Amino acid sequence: MSNFGSYEERVKSFSWALSEQELSYQPGQVINIGWYCSDRICQMGKADKVALIWEGFTGEKKVFTYNDLRLYSNTIAKFITDLGIKAGDRICLFMDRIPELYIGFLGILKTGAIVQPLFSAFGEESLFVRLENAQTSAIFTQKKHVSKVRKIRDKLPHLKHIIIVDYDGKSTLQEREVAFSMEQTEKVDNFEIYPTYAETPSVLHYTSGTTGMPKGVQHVHYSLISQYITAKWVLDLRDDDIYWCTADPGWVTGTSYGIIGPFSLGVTQCVLDSGFSAEAWYRFIEKNRVTVWYTAPTAIRSLMKAGDEIIKKFDLSSLRHLASVGEPLNPEAVNWSIRVFGKPFHDTYWQTETGCIVITNFPGMPVKPGSMGRPFPGITATVLNPNNYEPYPEPGRIGLIGLKPGWPSMMRTYWNNEEAYRNKFRNGWYLTGDRARIDKEGYFWFVGRDDDVINTGGHLVSPFEVESALLEHQAVAESAVVSKPDPINMEVVKAFVTLKPGFTPSKDLELDIMNFIRKKLSPLAMPQEIEFVDSLPKTRSGKIMRRILHAKEWGEEIGDTSTLEND
Amino acid sequence: MDELKEIIKNYIINEYLEPDSDPITYDTPLISGGIVDSFSMVSLKRFLENKYNIQIPDEKATPEAFDSVNKIAELVREFVKV
Repeated sequence: MSNFGSYEERVKSFSWALSEQELSYQPGQVINIGWYCSDRICQMGKADKVALIWEGFTGEKKVFTYNDLRLYSNTIAKFITDLGIKAGDRICLFMDRIPELYIGFLGILKTGAIVQPLFSAFGEESLFVRLENAQTSAIFTQKKHVSKVRKIRDKLPHLKHIIIVDYDGKSTLQEREVAFSMEQTEKVDNFEIYPTYAETPSVLHYTSGTTGMPKGVQHVHYSLISQYITAKWVLDLRDDDIYWCTADPGWVTGTSYGIIGPFSLGVTQCVLDSGFSAEAWYRFIEKNRVTVWYTAPTAIRSLMKAGDEIIKKFDLSSLRHLASVGEPLNPEAVNWSIRVFGKPFHDTYWQTETGCIVITNFPGMPVKPGSMGRPFPGITATVLNPNNYEPYPEPGRIGLIGLKPGWPSMMRTYWNNEEAYRNKFRNGWYLTGDRARIDKEGYFWFVGRDDDVINTGGHLVSPFEVESALLEHQAVAESAVVSKPDPINMEVVKAFVTLKPGFTPSKDLELDIMNFIRKKLSPLAMPQEIEFVDSLPKTRSGKIMRRILHAKEWGEEIGDTSTLEND
Repeated sequence: MDELKEIIKNYIINEYLEPDSDPITYDTPLISGGIVDSFSMVSLKRFLENKYNIQIPDEKATPEAFDSVNKIAELVREFVKV
């Protein structure tokens, strides 16, 4: 029997107060995620329970109990408080998946500051625009990433502290840099946690849109109420589980369900700080006796590509529940997992903005392969007519996924961009930007994005951001960026480029442009193909018509071209 | 000194490592060690194809085959005599 039980019963009796009661939270009281994920678990008598099993790519292993989580997060909180960090300041975590990332997240929240996790593979430009937008006061990073920070620090007057967590004394600390060793600093037993309340800002995650620069999605401490109960019911986490979330905390899955969900439930989770390899992943599951595994379709398809034979080398019988997030999970992947693991991956649908899972295939209920599942109790989801933003009254119609606002982990705004936030709502519905249909049994089926944003390997990439960066390359005159189909990543970035006089297309130039974007933005944003063209399709007013290029890549009808410039 | 391995190693140092990174050897894990991720692997594969005028089929371009300079050199030698 799953934690969730019957869908009908849960929907009928659901209230977010259920989660509040389980967390012993009463409206109006102090609520601090850092405290809930460490001190509270210790107070429940689980101080010695293992919270985090961490393994590096060399095989190095570290184990932290809930009491360690409490002490080390206190230590980090005191350290930044002593630096002068105040409640409401933005503190960035720019690190690989090392213990300091997970524990630092809790420590920052304990001070009342806002934690801003950023993917450590980001290049200097991606890092700069996010730190500048948030006016970040301090950044935690590692030796291997500090050079990217050094390149941009002079343009960031608000960035007062660059905290290096693995400084080894071999080189000299530079301007604004300070060394901090979590495990060598004297542990702080008592830290006066800042009294945050339900609506106190907690986490700032950046996400990409079609136009404009990335937007900072602002969440609050009350998001815990959603993240706790969805982790319990959708991921089916129980006290004796060993949980593995493969997402990087630079993205929202890695914080909502890689930190807050499991730690607030007092579950043991493990982390593998290593690049992808099928053998390494299966070995990790076997070695740690992982019971609940939350991963992404891209990873699942990569495992499928590695073949079935390799699975036979490992004992994966500990696996009890499998779930997936980031992009639609294709039916083949679900059927494959049933065949090789004896159980299906359960697709979960949500966004950085929603903060928690909103539509899902629930444990203990039949999975319809290829379906997103049904709305979580307490979430009102529908498919809207794009012309009037009214829900379609009958099933089967394709429209926009709309969510009725009001659940605890819904974003509160986009940082310094209230207008973009307001634009996400129509007729009382939050517009996800995704299109779907609902079948007669109430299951949602993903159809595609409603905009030009590219979902590659479960991460959103803004075509605008890539086009802007391409124009900074010395050879590029104009560019248009679209997605193209990919068997592993669902979509990848493709760029159409016209060249400046004096440059001619070549394979070496293509590689040079690819590497330019990879270093400037991120590996995700790097075009995996560049097509050199003489001109780009434009409207008579000069706007590039991405949709024509997109249709060409996907083998779709081009549609209306009446506004095409050279038509 | 193996010229092919040196070319691959130097390309990785110049393109994928930050200035203060630890030095790499022919055996340093590249993919599992997080130096080259699956997206960046595409540009590394493209470099090898351009440099040696070869085509590495996608099914051969696995994370395991790209996990060290030694393994990459072995892969390249399947397609070209260097």
